[in-house]
Amino acid sequence: MEAHLQHLLNAVVLGGTYALLGIGLTLIFGIMRVVNFTHGELYTFGAYMAYMLAGMMGLNFFMSLAMAAVLGMALGALIEFTLLRPLKGADIDTTMLVMIGAGIAMQAGEQLVWGGVAKSVPSPFPTEPVVLGSVSVGMNRLFVLGVALLLLGGFYLLINRTKLGVAMRATFQDPDTAALMGVNRGLMYTLTFALGSGLAATAGALLGPIFVVTPTMGDLVALKAFAIVILGGLGNIPGATIGGFVLALAEEFGAGYLSSGYRDAMGFLLIIAVLIVRPQGLFAMKERIG
Amino acid sequence: MTTRLLPWLFVLVMAVGPLWLGDQYILYVLTSTGIFIIGAMSLNLLLGYTGQLSLGHIAFFGIGAYTSALLSLGFDLDLGGAEPFVLGPQPVWVAFLGGILVAALFGFLIGKLAFRVRGAYFVIVTISFAQVMRMVALNWVDLTEGPMALNNIPPLSVWLPWDGVIPLYRKEYNYLLVLAVAVVCFLVIQRLVQSRVGRALVALRENESLARSVGIDVTRYLVVATVIAAGMAGAAGGLYTHYIRIVDPDVFMFIYTVTMVIMVVTGGKGTLAGPIVGGLAFGILPEVLREVARPEVQWIIYGVAMIVVVFFLPQGMVPAVKNWFAGRRKRVAATALGLRKETSA
Repeated sequence: MEAHLQHLLNAVVLGGTYALLGIGLTLIFGIMRVVNFTHGELYTFGAYMAYMLAGMMGLNFFMSLAMAAVLGMALGALIEFTLLRPLKGADIDTTMLVMIGAGIAMQAGEQLVWGGVAKSVPSPFPTEPVVLGSVSVGMNRLFVLGVALLLLGGFYLLINRTKLGVAMRATFQDPDTAALMGVNRGLMYTLTFALGSGLAATAGALLGPIFVVTPTMGDLVALKAFAIVILGGLGNIPGATIGGFVLALAEEFGAGYLSSGYRDAMGFLLIIAVLIVRPQGLFAMKERIG
Repeated sequence: MTTRLLPWLFVLVMAVGPLWLGDQYILYVLTSTGIFIIGAMSLNLLLGYTGQLSLGHIAFFGIGAYTSALLSLGFDLDLGGAEPFVLGPQPVWVAFLGGILVAALFGFLIGKLAFRVRGAYFVIVTISFAQVMRMVALNWVDLTEGPMALNNIPPLSVWLPWDGVIPLYRKEYNYLLVLAVAVVCFLVIQRLVQSRVGRALVALRENESLARSVGIDVTRYLVVATVIAAGMAGAAGGLYTHYIRIVDPDVFMFIYTVTMVIMVVTGGKGTLAGPIVGGLAFGILPEVLREVARPEVQWIIYGVAMIVVVFFLPQGMVPAVKNWFAGRRKRVAATALGLRKETSA
């Protein structure tokens, strides 16, 4: 029973970050029809920025976190402006190829700047875990979960309660009509990409003190984000949130009870299972087939 | 007539030229490039002719490599029964063919599964498939030795009238073998795309609903194409494994699929010569760059090259050159006739 509870707790903590990553990716796909292969690199970028600001320059950790998020957004806006804007109207495969090229160049760039040696971000939290009855969890992980939930909540408010959110949803549903209603579509695209990138960078910076920072840390994370997004349906924001937690549960319980070696394969096995049983996806959307 | 002879002339030059130069390093580079070109040609069948961006293609290559290596080394498998299943070392060519068959079988299964979806979903499913394969290779240590890699894989052998059966340790023979397999794959793809199947594939690439409406069994043709492409990628993997003689889970890395995609896209997807042109360019480029640039810089150049090609040569090099020639011929004819715009060609 205790083992169950511990796994559950771990899964919830992990799921928060997964949801952040999934939402960013699904938002960009939903509004822009772009499969973002730089997502994992923005995650890595966020982690390196946290390392640079907090680890090398000795800034306050929370300050560094906020700055990493802002820098991630800036980089996202730059990518959108230079690479995606000129390709407007291109088919999905073309933009995918461009994003793959950008992803490769970014990862090699990170390798060039930071070297292959793993870095670690200093953690501002005490190392002894918080004990809750029969289970325990590290303070730093609780903080990650807290920030993730806060961001998820803020994100929902942004999408559902603000004028900007309405404009974004309108662009998602029908870009042309939205433009006719006076929505600045180009601005929406830049903002969307920046926002999604910022979420990825934040996730990277948040996890920096928990894991080590390496140039290839984004590879697996990007693939997991893809898995989450498929589970929830591309472009489906609540779907990505649920997908994030579902994947975390599958990984935690799979690693705990089946085999820890296959932990990172769980997401893909889940996708394959979904495709066999329910090809239209857990939260079906119309663009799925065709 | 000349256009018919040109490919054979190219093959002849490729067969004789490097041997005549006799440089072992050049042979090594061309052999590994050739193996990748076979992979790229098979990927082109999916990417170029069916229009499906399959980003898990390296999985078939890796499956071919591992199957062929395991069959030639022999293995035992504990299937939970009292006696483990034991298979002794098989002749290398049996192993090689086994690799092709198993890769094709996976092509069938994945095709059946992945073609339930299209577009971005298909792409992500295929990436996931390669990733799962990598994890299996890493974790099924009893079978694959995991990260310790399979070592001492025997080289392929060949019967020569003057030597009898000899194992192919020499680079010259390996190079010629890769070239021969590449030619066979090229001819198979050529026959295929010019056949009924090929026309069906192009039809569904251009307009799937329309193809469906005229009675083309879309999924069946897609699966057929995948099976053939997977078998060829498996053959490339087999060549690789018996040439390098070691195989580890890194063979499944996403970056290798990307390399093949870059080769196809730069060369010209949906053209027969495209993967060869792109493959030669991107197989030799790293070796040239190695002198002047660090690996990270090389990869940056790869990434940027991919973006540049998509932006400025979206069709790839082969169609661009063809158009340039066609345009020139037109202009020459126009000047000769004293016409400028009225030419009908």
